[in-house]
Amino acid sequence: MLAFLVRRLLVNAAVFLLISVGVFVLVQSVPGDPVLMMVNPEQLQSGGPEFLAAKRAELGLDAPAFVRYLIWLGDALGGDLGYSFVSRRPVADVLLERVGPTVLLMSTALVIGLLLAVAVGTLAAVRRNTAVDYAATAASLGTISVPSFFLGIAAIYVFALKLGWVPSSGMSTPGDGSGADVLAHLVLPAAILGLSIAGPFTRYVRAGLLAELGADYVRTAEAKGAGPGRVLLRHALRNALIPLITVVMIYVPQLLAGAVALEQVFAWPGMGQLAVSSIGQLDHPVVIGFAMFIAVLVLICNLAADLLYAVADPRISLS
Amino acid sequence: MTTQIIPRSPARLAARRFRRNRMAPAGAVFLAVIVLMALAAPLVSGHDPNAVDLSAFREPPSAAHLLGTDSSGRDVFARLVHAGRVSLLVGLMSALAAVVLGALLGALAGMFGGLLDAAVMRVADVVLSFPSLVVVVVLAGVLGPSTAMLVVVFAACNWPTACRVVRGLTLALREQEYVQAARAFGAGRLTIVFRHVLPAVLSQVAVVGTLLVAQMILLEAVLSFLGLGVQPPQASWGNMLNDAQSLTLIQTMPWLWLPPGLAIALTVLAVNFVGDGLRDAVDPKGARA
Repeated sequence: MLAFLVRRLLVNAAVFLLISVGVFVLVQSVPGDPVLMMVNPEQLQSGGPEFLAAKRAELGLDAPAFVRYLIWLGDALGGDLGYSFVSRRPVADVLLERVGPTVLLMSTALVIGLLLAVAVGTLAAVRRNTAVDYAATAASLGTISVPSFFLGIAAIYVFALKLGWVPSSGMSTPGDGSGADVLAHLVLPAAILGLSIAGPFTRYVRAGLLAELGADYVRTAEAKGAGPGRVLLRHALRNALIPLITVVMIYVPQLLAGAVALEQVFAWPGMGQLAVSSIGQLDHPVVIGFAMFIAVLVLICNLAADLLYAVADPRISLS
Repeated sequence: MTTQIIPRSPARLAARRFRRNRMAPAGAVFLAVIVLMALAAPLVSGHDPNAVDLSAFREPPSAAHLLGTDSSGRDVFARLVHAGRVSLLVGLMSALAAVVLGALLGALAGMFGGLLDAAVMRVADVVLSFPSLVVVVVLAGVLGPSTAMLVVVFAACNWPTACRVVRGLTLALREQEYVQAARAFGAGRLTIVFRHVLPAVLSQVAVVGTLLVAQMILLEAVLSFLGLGVQPPQASWGNMLNDAQSLTLIQTMPWLWLPPGLAIALTVLAVNFVGDGLRDAVDPKGARA
């Protein structure tokens, strides 16, 4: 177990270094010379090339790329991701204040998606090869085929603009930050994001449950006189949901990608919206900080998936 | 009593299974129509997709403009069919590139094993866990968006699916008698990869590729919608929806966002139906559990 964990940790660390090199190369390829951008034009005229070289040395920019990479990585790991070109504030601060809304949106969506998937997947497995099962399959194919941002626009049209049930955009009404108000704003984007992941989850639930329902222990439970409901809920479903934990972890980065577009549609003040608007403003440090954040998130999720996989099912051999 | 003669070649059997599936042929027919319209775009559109006419600005559908006009007075129907060319092309090209790269790497990894295998599969794990949407967001942010970059990033981020499938199949094929025989005759491993393995896995790769086309069309749409993909004035289904970020437009001008959205949804659905049908046809054991 320990050897497995250490190995996974090392692999993930290597992956992180690889990604960070990629991001560093990106940082370097940002157009514009940082020295020219920061020196006073008058000094540049009087000092000439020697002045520029001195400034470059002062900033450590004359060091070989490898050394500059190490300095940059050290800073980044310490939370120093540079300053936003636009707001002049530290990138880490700018990013952090957007984490909350995105996490709220993603976690609500995850709960909605999982509840839907477990309900529909269970129904499809129990009513296997009937109209219910086929309808569930068709529906899950539908949810992965319709782009969620289009679904979002259509939902705004129907539920916000035509029916007026919920607000159309933002996270709260100005002057009203109450829980009920935020919830009203949250319902549409979270439901659509949840729907977009319910499709693949439903397939996992259905397949997992079918495998468990054929297992010996289910027959044993039935032989002991347990009713069909009890066999299903207490025995089979519990085991069928174990692999889902891993699947969920692997889908978290995908969920974030889905949130990027939906945040844009619903003007939800999260990280995705920040990234997209930063691109429009050529605010490269924020975009790169966003990339580093995702890289860390992906690694944490992968590690969590490995770990949970092992913890949830002790039969799994970890050698 | 008459005996019915059933065609027995694997390809004929697969074709039969494909036709028996109810949704797949319907999807294929729908796709054929969409592709034909895209190919014949200048003939069917009736208008220049980029002709700006500010006198006819955001007009509702009429006889002159079947789907109305957009914010620059351009004909929405003309843009829709021309956008289909771009969206389908980006989807096809990136899926094709991803599948070719993945199949090649997978076959080599499976055939040579050892360090190469370990390295390729680890890289595949990493690439697969990183959402390609985020990669495009970052690259477009720093280097500027372009259609070529979309195809390159999509291919670079999506080869692992094909790679895993082909590697698994290669491991099984390696032990087959005819491959063993080829080796005994002195065929090198590279020869076996190109002469025996890749042709044998073609049908499964086609399934992966088809399903990938659907994903790539979706990705192109969402990125172009965000303004990070295909750049205007070039129309794509995604960037036609870019306008639909204003509430008044969503509310009062559904002809601007409904047609491209439906085009994406129906096309992707059709591709997925065809892909599922192909999978069931190629691999009957893998069909419904």
